[in-house]
Amino acid sequence: MAEDSKDNNAYWAANVRIILISLVIWATVSFGFGIILRPLLMGIYIGGADLGFWFAQQGSIYAFLALIFFYAWRMNKLDAEHGVEE
Amino acid sequence: MDQYTLNLLVVGASFALYIGIAIWARAGSTAEFYAAGQGVPPVLNGMATAADWMSAASFISMAGLIAFVGYDNSTFLMGWTGGYVLLALLLAPYLRKFGKFTVPEFVGDRFYSNGARVVAVICLIVISVTYVIGQMRGVGVTFARFLEVSTDTGLYIGATIVFAYAVFGGMKGITYTQVAQYCVLITAYTIPALFISLQMTGSILPQLGLIGTYAPSGGDMYFLTKLDEVVMELGFSQYTAHSTSTLNMVFFTMSLMIGTAGLPHVIIRFFTVPKVADARWSAGWALVFIALLYTVAPAVGSMARLNITSTFWPNAVTGQALAGDPISLEEINTNPDLSWINTWRTTGLLDFEDKNGDGFIQYYNDANPELQAIATERGWVGNELTKFDRDMLVLANPEIAALPGWVIALVAAGGLAAALSTAAGLLLAISSAISHDLIKGSINPGISEKGELLAARVSMGFAIALATWLGLNPPGFAAQVVALAFGLAAATIFPVLMMGIFSKRINKEGAIAGMLVGLFSTAIYIFLFLGWFFIPGTATLANTPDNWLFGIAPASFGTVGALLNFGTAYIVSAMTKEPPVEIQELVESIRVPKGAGAATGH
Repeated sequence: MAEDSKDNNAYWAANVRIILISLVIWATVSFGFGIILRPLLMGIYIGGADLGFWFAQQGSIYAFLALIFFYAWRMNKLDAEHGVEE
Repeated sequence: MDQYTLNLLVVGASFALYIGIAIWARAGSTAEFYAAGQGVPPVLNGMATAADWMSAASFISMAGLIAFVGYDNSTFLMGWTGGYVLLALLLAPYLRKFGKFTVPEFVGDRFYSNGARVVAVICLIVISVTYVIGQMRGVGVTFARFLEVSTDTGLYIGATIVFAYAVFGGMKGITYTQVAQYCVLITAYTIPALFISLQMTGSILPQLGLIGTYAPSGGDMYFLTKLDEVVMELGFSQYTAHSTSTLNMVFFTMSLMIGTAGLPHVIIRFFTVPKVADARWSAGWALVFIALLYTVAPAVGSMARLNITSTFWPNAVTGQALAGDPISLEEINTNPDLSWINTWRTTGLLDFEDKNGDGFIQYYNDANPELQAIATERGWVGNELTKFDRDMLVLANPEIAALPGWVIALVAAGGLAAALSTAAGLLLAISSAISHDLIKGSINPGISEKGELLAARVSMGFAIALATWLGLNPPGFAAQVVALAFGLAAATIFPVLMMGIFSKRINKEGAIAGMLVGLFSTAIYIFLFLGWFFIPGTATLANTPDNWLFGIAPASFGTVGALLNFGTAYIVSAMTKEPPVEIQELVESIRVPKGAGAATGH
């Protein structure tokens, strides 16, 4: 039981770390590139849109998608490593 | 075949499909009624979640909101999709592991308090009821325009259809109808978008068209550059420019994100999948299906804006808009391609007036000093396109682009699918909170399975009646009411769920105090500017940026409410005694996927 809860703590710590990294990316693409950093990215264009505009209307959505699938894949691996999968 | 018959056929066929599914997927137990027996495959749940989430606001209103404002309304695109990251990482897997039927049930168990559960029920009902009003209006408006009945009659028809499949099918019936509704709505949204993108940019994919070149002028110029040029020439603000407060934009986007993650009718969809891993995948699939509409919407909005502008200023296509004549009254009345202008005028969503009596309709920004100078010189006396409601943009888009009749009929069915699927999800969230959390949880815990199922169906019937009544008598500001729904979801449900999972130290005193502070601070801030309980004329302060606290708009206040909720919960918990050991063990257990297994009803 003590072994179990120790390993569960390690599992939870690893999960929280993955979440934090993912949320940093989540905030960077939307609040960062899409809004606050847009003036700094003005010189860079994707077709007819400046990079900030593109992130605000397209790019951040693609990044969100990638993040959720990355998290699902990474967590399923982590579940297996710690033997807590269903 | 005339347009009316075509509309009737397509909409009728879609309704027959929904009813057919409902008969096939009747709920036989409370587990089926509340959580579809927890046997929905993740991809199908993703599709149902997408339909559940994408409401009349996403389908009918969003492209119009972007079209007439431009970059600054990107907040809706990021906010309404970014919330799924929070849902997938912070809430859905753990709540699925918990394995119960409603959001208040989690709050009540985790914070070992019926009081906390009841506060959560109140928040849930306020959020879901305000949200459902917009859906019922959406149904009414769509019916009124396409099937030539009154808005009220449309509302009754819509309510009857929802009643038929939600009351009998419960979550199981709703799930499979939502899958069908998703297919209808996404087809209806993307087909006109593909046509229009091809016409306007030469690219069949709207996502590429948006950043591509403008085809009618020979492709020598980017589409967005052309759009900026045309709207600025008529005195409107630059489409791609950032012209509002950055702080408010950040807070509004954040409010929409955490509000989305805190919407009970979306959260309960994740209770229907078999395993924790499925809840994670399912959130990804939901966003795939949502992104199909959300990445197309900014293209639809911007292309429609240019299409509308060049309808009123034909010369805008090849050169300077003001170098040519505006559209003439005679043309509007005789050209069959422009018959949509008069059709929509009869609905009251569009209006024009030849103020200076010159036989032409001048559409420009009459508040812009530069344009006022031009107007004086040319003898214009004000903008003559006096009304163009944002909500008609998506519905009228196929007509504006002169697309075939079946596309128009499809859009009608799509608008109805979007509104009905969301309404059904909301009604289920409301009825399960009443029958499971209030009746079974507090009033009559000894109720039998059969009795509870009946109670669930009766509460659903009442919820539909209430929603219909509110749809017939909407409060003063129907649109602003949605700000309240998101603000409250952000300030109450999201924080309490997140703290319940990520902290073992937050106790019942902290959770209740936090929810109440979030609820009252957000509601009061919104009421101060938009009127107490939305009664027109009762606002304490004028709703202008100068009066806002740090320039934060009422609709953006959910972020502040959430921060106040988190802060209050931490301080109050720190001052009171820690949760009992068994609650700390409960938190340990929901953090680990192993052992979720089958439904643990009670």
